[in-house]
Amino acid sequence: MLIKAALVWFIGCLLASGGIAADASSSFKLNTTADHGKFDQLKGPFASGPAVTKACLACHTEAAKQVHRTKHWTWEFLNPGNQQRLGKKNVLNNFCISISQNYPFCTSCHVGYGWKDKDFDFTVEANVDCLVCHDTTGAYRKLPGMSGHPAYRPIETPPGSGKLVPPPDLAKIAQKVGKSSRDTCGACHFFGGGGDGVKHGDMDSSLAAPERDLDVHMDATGLDFTCGTCHATSSHDVPGSRYTPTATEKHGAFIRGKAQKSNPATCQACHGNAPHMKQARLNTHAEKLACQTCHVPALARGGVPTKMSWDWSTAGRKGPDGKHMVAKDAKGHVVYDTRKGDFILGEKVKPEYFWFNGSVRYTLLSDRIDPQAQPVPVNRIEGSPGDGRSMIWPMKVMRGKQPFDPVNRTLVMPHTAGNDDIGYWKNLEWEKAIADGMQNMGAPFSGKVDFVSTEMMWPVTHMVAPKDKAVGCIECHASTSRLAGLPGIYMPAHSARVWLDVLGWLLAAATLAGVLVHGALRVVMKRKG
Amino acid sequence: MPATRIYVFQRFERFWHWSQAALILFLLVTGFEVHGSYALFGFEKAAGYHTTAAWTLIGLWLFAIFWHFTTGEWKQYLPTLKKVDAMIQYYALGIFRNAPHPFRVTRLTKHNPLQRLAYLGVMLFIGPLVWISGLLYLFHGQWTAWGLTGVLSLGWVAFFHTAAAFLMLAFVVAHAYLTTTGHSPSAHLKAMITGWEETGADEAAAPPSGPA
Repeated sequence: MLIKAALVWFIGCLLASGGIAADASSSFKLNTTADHGKFDQLKGPFASGPAVTKACLACHTEAAKQVHRTKHWTWEFLNPGNQQRLGKKNVLNNFCISISQNYPFCTSCHVGYGWKDKDFDFTVEANVDCLVCHDTTGAYRKLPGMSGHPAYRPIETPPGSGKLVPPPDLAKIAQKVGKSSRDTCGACHFFGGGGDGVKHGDMDSSLAAPERDLDVHMDATGLDFTCGTCHATSSHDVPGSRYTPTATEKHGAFIRGKAQKSNPATCQACHGNAPHMKQARLNTHAEKLACQTCHVPALARGGVPTKMSWDWSTAGRKGPDGKHMVAKDAKGHVVYDTRKGDFILGEKVKPEYFWFNGSVRYTLLSDRIDPQAQPVPVNRIEGSPGDGRSMIWPMKVMRGKQPFDPVNRTLVMPHTAGNDDIGYWKNLEWEKAIADGMQNMGAPFSGKVDFVSTEMMWPVTHMVAPKDKAVGCIECHASTSRLAGLPGIYMPAHSARVWLDVLGWLLAAATLAGVLVHGALRVVMKRKG
Repeated sequence: MPATRIYVFQRFERFWHWSQAALILFLLVTGFEVHGSYALFGFEKAAGYHTTAAWTLIGLWLFAIFWHFTTGEWKQYLPTLKKVDAMIQYYALGIFRNAPHPFRVTRLTKHNPLQRLAYLGVMLFIGPLVWISGLLYLFHGQWTAWGLTGVLSLGWVAFFHTAAAFLMLAFVVAHAYLTTTGHSPSAHLKAMITGWEETGADEAAAPPSGPA
């Protein structure tokens, strides 16, 4: 008995730190010239995130200035094509809608500390959060409601459970910093829209350690790409954008030493524009089809569902006990929440396909919408078969109903999150919540609220399947085609003119009937002698 | 009534004919699958087979064209209207009354005037329609390089290719039936296999009709 207990204890210790840590540190040393664990500046203890950042900046003197210039910091982006001022600070979506007056919650995914309202000072270098991207331990966590700070004292999680979760050990984390990983990027990007896989459909926690079939590049036991392998970052500015995506890439593969101004995160940046070795015909397909159209056969393939529809108009319904309620589907996923309304979830969802030239126009607070023409686009993609810049792209089309101002005819930004007497999630009063969110943005609000159906386009690019799992010919070359209804294409086996077929088969049948009658007559006449 | 035999089709001609027949049938089968008329091999394989068979047939045609010009056999396809009316009358009426065939096969004229017109039509109309549309279809990827993007539409190229296929199908049906209209129902078929055409004694006695 004693021996068994000792054995369990021994193995437990091994698992907890000993053996694995030894392996990790040895491989760690092969990858870097600096062991941050040996730096006096990082001995700690650190009272706060900014205190860690100050220690980082003592050596990496320009790092914060670099981060300050990026979208990850500003949450703002001026679209050079149409001069729209975008970025999380300004846009709406049809998930949680917007960040206005929800800063302490939304900014748990900001690469900074302390963005609790619109007056956040974007010039303070110590407020850059180094750890959220450079943590290698997995222990660093920023909780919603804390304005981008990690917990600094034990937190009861979940609230009311009595279980106290200790705060992350900032010194330990700081001593083990390294390159970004699927886990660090994923800590925010897998959970966009408020939960695992909710927003994108092609990004969720299943990509933390995916199998080959889910993502041929990130395959944890194969190529093992991190996000940064494709989103090759320099000066802390991560390439790749949903505001100005690269829809068409005519360049070949990148060559070392050659100045490349194009987006390094495209497929073509590595594979070039004629990557199909055996089947030249596929290369001609690639002149009109984005790589993703064939190579991402379905969304949400890793076992995590994605939200396909979010209907805010049904929010506010309480349970029989008069309290907030949630309803779950057979797999335990929430499909109704008093605070949020009805959800439709999807797994292994086939994308929808559109001509897309990379131009996206958002519907901002300053844009009037037409409630007669529903669904109202939250963003519109541009593209056509003939503009010379468009390719056929897979999209996740997010559908839903969300509040709008029927008098001013604009979409609105409600204050939802927060333990105050305004936020919708606590008080379930739209007028008050929207008035607060709109006032914060300096946007007019009539005080009237109605709901409008909306659609939002999310170009699909992740979860690249191995080639044998790519979309097969007959998925499109058939009467029921993935690309059915798309203008400007002729697809054999799908697009034929019906009248030609009718005429053609009639001709063949008439010829056959003619010769059969002729032959029969010959036989009959011969018998007659 | 001893049968007369004439050596009409030489070895290359027979090889050409039968391999062409097989390829055309295969192209029809795979082509209409690519067109979406039915599922047999699966789209991907059908399209691949169709392309391979097309290139094989192009190769065969190059040999056949070379052969026809070097042997002078191309003259067999010079069109003539002489006796066309007699042929039509024969197929429409005479054949039912056991009337004599108005045409006699010889080494110099192995095709009757209707055959000449039909084969010439296949070679000068259906052939070019199928090849030009088919090659444009096949080289769709090069259209931009060749300056054809915007000039041609794939839908119309496919339209003409399909239309030609239907015409070819109708030809194949009629052609297969008309092989039974020889001296005996299998005489033409045998000739195409062995090279030797069996003709009736009375036909052999009729004056040979020379080329026009």
